[in-house]
Amino acid sequence: MSTAAPHERLLTRHSFIELPARERARAILDADSFRELLGPFDRLKSPWLPLQGIVAQSDDGVVIARGRIGGRPAVVAAIEGAFQGGSIGEVSGAKVAGALELALRDCERGHPVLPVLLLETGGVRLQEANLGLAAIAEIHSAIVALRRRVPVVAVVAGMVGCFGGMSLAAALCSTLIVTRQARLGMNGPEVIEQEAGITELDSTDHALIWSLVGGEQRYATGLADALVDDDAEAIAAQVRSVVEGVAAPRSEQVECYLERLAHIDPANPPEPRALRALWAREDPDGR
Amino acid sequence: MGADPSLSGRGLRWFEALTGLEGLLDGGPRTVRVADSRLGEEIARFIAVVADPANRFPRARQGELGLEEAWTLARQLRRTVAEDLGARARAIVAVVDVSSQAYGRREELLGIHLACAAAADAYASARLAGHPIVALLVGKAMSGAFLAHGYQANRILALDSTEVLVHAMSKQAAARVTRRPVEALEQLGERIVPMAYGVRAFARLGLLHGLIEGVNAAAPGADDIERVRRELAAAIDDARAGARDLAARLTSPAARETRAASIAVRRRLTEQWDAP
Repeated sequence: MSTAAPHERLLTRHSFIELPARERARAILDADSFRELLGPFDRLKSPWLPLQGIVAQSDDGVVIARGRIGGRPAVVAAIEGAFQGGSIGEVSGAKVAGALELALRDCERGHPVLPVLLLETGGVRLQEANLGLAAIAEIHSAIVALRRRVPVVAVVAGMVGCFGGMSLAAALCSTLIVTRQARLGMNGPEVIEQEAGITELDSTDHALIWSLVGGEQRYATGLADALVDDDAEAIAAQVRSVVEGVAAPRSEQVECYLERLAHIDPANPPEPRALRALWAREDPDGR
Repeated sequence: MGADPSLSGRGLRWFEALTGLEGLLDGGPRTVRVADSRLGEEIARFIAVVADPANRFPRARQGELGLEEAWTLARQLRRTVAEDLGARARAIVAVVDVSSQAYGRREELLGIHLACAAAADAYASARLAGHPIVALLVGKAMSGAFLAHGYQANRILALDSTEVLVHAMSKQAAARVTRRPVEALEQLGERIVPMAYGVRAFARLGLLHGLIEGVNAAAPGADDIERVRRELAAAIDDARAGARDLAARLTSPAARETRAASIAVRRRLTEQWDAP
């Protein structure tokens, strides 16, 4: 899990972050294996956005692609951060949940399919509120069921980041890959400021926000498994390297985290830097 | 543990009404109440998250689901599964009245997303292990707190009360994020079913197993409690007889109408899944 790119690689690097969702999915899958499901021509759009005067998009901001990863059958669900902030509505959520459910069906039939989630999302699409939340619960359910049969990989590359109910989805995956441009948090800064006041969090203080929820901090405190450069091939290689024998999922390490919390004084919480020392990964190559 | 006068809220009232304060179990902060109580022919495990104005985490003092609450839910659920290993998987009832996840800077730093994921994971894992889980909505079922406490249940029941609310975000925060006045949001909710906050609108989405009408949700009497216990027992039987996944949420007449797109997406995905 090297984080430093050799100098010569910098010259040939191809940004992953700059790619739209469809090209991100293509970059993760083996060359020429990309096959999109429910593409734009299927015209499965949000039935709810036009009712609110918002133009729907023909893929609802999620690309589902079958293909191969390292020669093995795979499915990639890539969220398009540029459409409605990558928000999860009824259709986009059902695409992700449905793809995971079919991967689970195939795994149960003895035909493993590797699922990869490319997450760029603010969480529930508020224009479809309860149907987005319901879809996210179904996504969580599918990840938990699937994870015991095959590694479920999530990538948060940036620049939208991964928030709301989908931050739980990221945390449920077997392996979570982030870049320095990623942010991963449950509540968006604006919402925290609204709910708890500006003294709790100033949503315009970007340096503070990155120090709390940025990819580097998440990796350094063991809340992400790999920190990679913004390079399409480096990210694809990291995904390919996730094979069998993934450690016990973080979300199952209940006693470890309760013990860690017991040592936290909420009146005097650690600064982000200090938490890196407190929660440092014991093994530099893993959790 | 026993009755604790410093705790409050609808979730606590219903938890105490349904369990009679018997069989309270220890194992974490007092905000996560757990008790075994008879329900029909069996003993069910009841779990509620309640408000504690003295919570050591200040952002979780008004019934929010905080870091310790979420991780403790995970602990209690995993204990339940472990205790029943090799025996009949006990029914689990999640009594839901949670206003939100805790919003705070220390919560983000310390991974409130992972804590809530751990609770959702533990519920889903218990369900997959064969525990019939019923969520009973008696107050607020909001956002990430509902994802962590209740939304992974096999069956969801709700009291028909104006105080029972389901949504992805509080009205004030949703107004700010969507840059609309609160009144405009409320009007939209009347027109666009998934945007409404009230439980009757939620029932139209087809996600509920049942809406329990005619019960005094704020101050339940003996008949109300008995009625809800019967509904819970029936939902548990139904869950035991059904699948261990959440597919039942797409089969009701209401779901076939309001979640038609969710069903269509799955049908077309299945058709296109294998290469032609």
